[in-house]
Amino acid sequence: MFDQLPILSAITFLPALGALAILIARALMRGEDQALLERNARGVALFVTLFVFVLSVLLVIDFDTSQPGFQFVETIPWLAGAGINYKMGVDGLSVLFVLLTAFLMPICILASWKLDKRVADYMAAFLILQTLITGVFCALDLVLFYIFFEGSLIPMFLIIGVWGGAERIYAAFKFFLYTFLGSVLMLGAMIMMFVTAGTTDVETLLTHPFARDIQTWLWLAFFASFAVKMPMWPVHTWLPDAHVQAPTAGSVILAGILLKLGGYGFLRFSIPMFPDASAFFAPMVFVLSIIAIIYTSLVAFRQTDIKKLIAYSSVAHMGFVTLGIFSMNEIGVQGAIFQMISHGLISGALFLIVGVIYDRFHTRDIAFYGGLVHKMPVFAAFFALFAMANVGLPGTSGFVGELMTMTGAFMVAPIWAAGAALGVIFSAVYMLTLYKKVAFGELTNPKLEAAQDLNLREWINLGVLGVGVIWLGFFTTPVTDVTRASVGQLIQQYQSALTIEAPDLAPSEG
Amino acid sequence: MTVEMLLSDLRLLTPELILAVGAMAFLLLGVYWKGEAAAARLVMRLSIALLLVCAGVSIWMAGGEGGTAFHDAFKLDAFTLYAKTVIYLASAGALVLASKYLETERLARFEYPVLALLAVLGMSVMVSSNDLITLYLGIELQSLSLYILAAFNRDSLRASEAGLKYFVLGALSSGLLLYGASLIYGFAGSTGFDAIAAAAGEDGAKIGLLFGLVFLISGLAFKISAAPFHMWTPDVYEGAPTPVAAFFATAPKLAAMVLIARVVYEPFAPMTDEWRQIIVVLAILSMGVGAFGALMQTNIKRLMGYSSIGNMGYALVGLAAGTALGLWSVLFYMTLYVIGVLGAFAVILSMRRSEGMVERIDDLKGLSKTHPALGWSMTALMFSIGGMPFLVGFFGKLFVFYAAASAGLWWLMLIGLVFSAVSIAYYLRVVKVIWFDEPEAGFEPAPAGVALISRAAALATVALVPVAGVMLALAINATA
Repeated sequence: MFDQLPILSAITFLPALGALAILIARALMRGEDQALLERNARGVALFVTLFVFVLSVLLVIDFDTSQPGFQFVETIPWLAGAGINYKMGVDGLSVLFVLLTAFLMPICILASWKLDKRVADYMAAFLILQTLITGVFCALDLVLFYIFFEGSLIPMFLIIGVWGGAERIYAAFKFFLYTFLGSVLMLGAMIMMFVTAGTTDVETLLTHPFARDIQTWLWLAFFASFAVKMPMWPVHTWLPDAHVQAPTAGSVILAGILLKLGGYGFLRFSIPMFPDASAFFAPMVFVLSIIAIIYTSLVAFRQTDIKKLIAYSSVAHMGFVTLGIFSMNEIGVQGAIFQMISHGLISGALFLIVGVIYDRFHTRDIAFYGGLVHKMPVFAAFFALFAMANVGLPGTSGFVGELMTMTGAFMVAPIWAAGAALGVIFSAVYMLTLYKKVAFGELTNPKLEAAQDLNLREWINLGVLGVGVIWLGFFTTPVTDVTRASVGQLIQQYQSALTIEAPDLAPSEG
Repeated sequence: MTVEMLLSDLRLLTPELILAVGAMAFLLLGVYWKGEAAAARLVMRLSIALLLVCAGVSIWMAGGEGGTAFHDAFKLDAFTLYAKTVIYLASAGALVLASKYLETERLARFEYPVLALLAVLGMSVMVSSNDLITLYLGIELQSLSLYILAAFNRDSLRASEAGLKYFVLGALSSGLLLYGASLIYGFAGSTGFDAIAAAAGEDGAKIGLLFGLVFLISGLAFKISAAPFHMWTPDVYEGAPTPVAAFFATAPKLAAMVLIARVVYEPFAPMTDEWRQIIVVLAILSMGVGAFGALMQTNIKRLMGYSSIGNMGYALVGLAAGTALGLWSVLFYMTLYVIGVLGAFAVILSMRRSEGMVERIDDLKGLSKTHPALGWSMTALMFSIGGMPFLVGFFGKLFVFYAAASAGLWWLMLIGLVFSAVSIAYYLRVVKVIWFDEPEAGFEPAPAGVALISRAAALATVALVPVAGVMLALAINATA
């Protein structure tokens, strides 16, 4: 259907065009009717994100699941003098993330509908962010990838810093500098790859055999970037701060999509391009993942701030993703992708849940709440659903992801998988405790008396996510079918790369 | 020398001749024109027009043949023409920034544009010099004009201090440079670049030439404000009138950087391994001083001073490669740098309240709210100068690091990357002040020229990204 059309560029850059339209309108309407401008900004943002969502659905429908390679590839000479092209394309590893991004964005816009602080700037920042994130998943050139990957820091920095909570400035700086330092090392690695392989084309680099000693360094540099993004223990400390201070929609994007950039990066670069180093460092990643799962689950249990609790729970769940990825078998990697998609929906929904009560009572303190089920039954029902999904209850998507990643890990390291299973129990402990404290019990706080149940917007948002979570809990094939071919190829190439002796020394550079 | 030879030599100097004749004509015009303010305005406009004409002429000449003139003392090729075009355009921009400012600050005198023209003439001769004597003549013509410009606001104590400081340190660096040149002349037996290149290729003269080269580079490093010769930069940027600082930060930097590139790539090409060590040290020190020095600044002009020190360090990283790739990466980097800095100074020049110009970083508080367009512009410019993707400044950094890495200097690239991570913090601080802090008071509307340059430069940082390949091709062709 899209053979002739640059569908990926359209999906990527339409939001940026929307942002441009909003900013131009703002510039032209200075001093005039601000309410009208704000209404238009919201309308444009919602329209553009919905349109992009429709395009993304069409993209996935048109996606040939039997083919492992890149599809919808677009190549335009860009920095021709240096041999760098504008190259976009998706395969089974990335196409679902494009859809996930396009799916969560309208929800974010809806969730921010009542925002009244600098609406035009806010919507523009979100649309620019969408362009950059989508670009990360579509880029098939190192330089292009880096531009999208790193560029996404700018709008997120502004979103946290301008529309965030009380400690927003500290959180925004921490978020930016942490991730920037990691990414800068990755840039160094990318330049080294450019120098040694002579190209920045991802497709070519996937087949380029890097010498073993170089692989180690490159792997570590990429790891520095992706581990911070993921985030893995012990470089996760920016995440709770960023989450707590970010506005609701910012948290949704952060947890739902930005954290997935790390996992995607491992799958796209670290494993296929540096297989020897990946195999070498896999035990380290395993240990870090297990520590993340157990330790951050325990930390989550002790939180008094709901958002912080969910943030730590995100770190723990990302531990399952790294566990699955570095088990390097089909079920593990499939599970990791599934877990990322599923976590995108669940954590997004949980942050929306927090947003619902924060909008009403302006606090995230767990102790403030209690007995909400009496006043907000629908809210409590949705909260229960997503809490259970976060725990990994069978019938929700959370279960599938955790089961698959643990199965994958069990096949290579049974003891470690057992450690991860401990994390599942812990997650039940903190999630259920949270739910009990917030929703159940007597309604003791008089301020909660006037609580209103969900309004239509919140209903739509949570309803859509809830359907997604349950649907994926029962029908896993929509995800696994799309990813199977590409994951199979990834594993197969990884295995064959390990058996072939990589050259120990770098070929002469020049 | 026959008339034909003289004419063909002069043909290569067309832009310089236009500048020289123009500057002198405008000087006379200013003296005889009735009314000081009217003369100043007229000469300013004519000078801007003259610079644009010169830029046009050099673009037009890029299609023709290059060559050398006056017994190989002066060289014209694609590289120098590219540099000249950027210098003329940047200087025209700096004059546009100055014109309204000088009037409101009651500094409008016709000498200002004339001095700027003479400085540009100096730069033009610098980048084209093919002989140590031409080189020195160009540098001194440029420097003497800039000394006066730095102290142009002579009733201001700070401006006089800036001018004096710049003059004393500049004289010292000229001394170093001359001493180095005399050593080189002694060991090479000639001041011509071609003869020096021949001598540098022989083993015997190397040590002596190297001594001379160290002094020569030290003198030139002062002009680009590379550490450890950077001391004057923050003080002069802060003390001098803002449009003068804008001028200092752009065209002369590019001219001196191009000159260093030409000196080390042409006469001293056989000694790449030797001069590379000097450049590497300068690069590391500059990046470090720029990154850490700027962190604690409260004055935006001082911040720009440290930022320019750091940015010169990154350009030197590309230069250290010693390859064709290194050369075009520096040219590309400097072009993007000039665009960003010109825009940033245009924003700084928009910072005027009823009580006068303000230049604390905190005066930008809430800019995105009070002046959204200016706020977005400064954000884009800061990120671009900081080398942050998706803004065009990123490509500059990418290619200088790429050039260094492909020449085997991967550790230098790593150091540069770490410093660039440090330096992003202070650009981020400016963005933070613009976006996160509550506004204090708005600024008065900026003059049209200033507003145009700030918006255009900011737009360029984004709009140039898709067409960066074209700019890259220009830089590559210029150095081929």
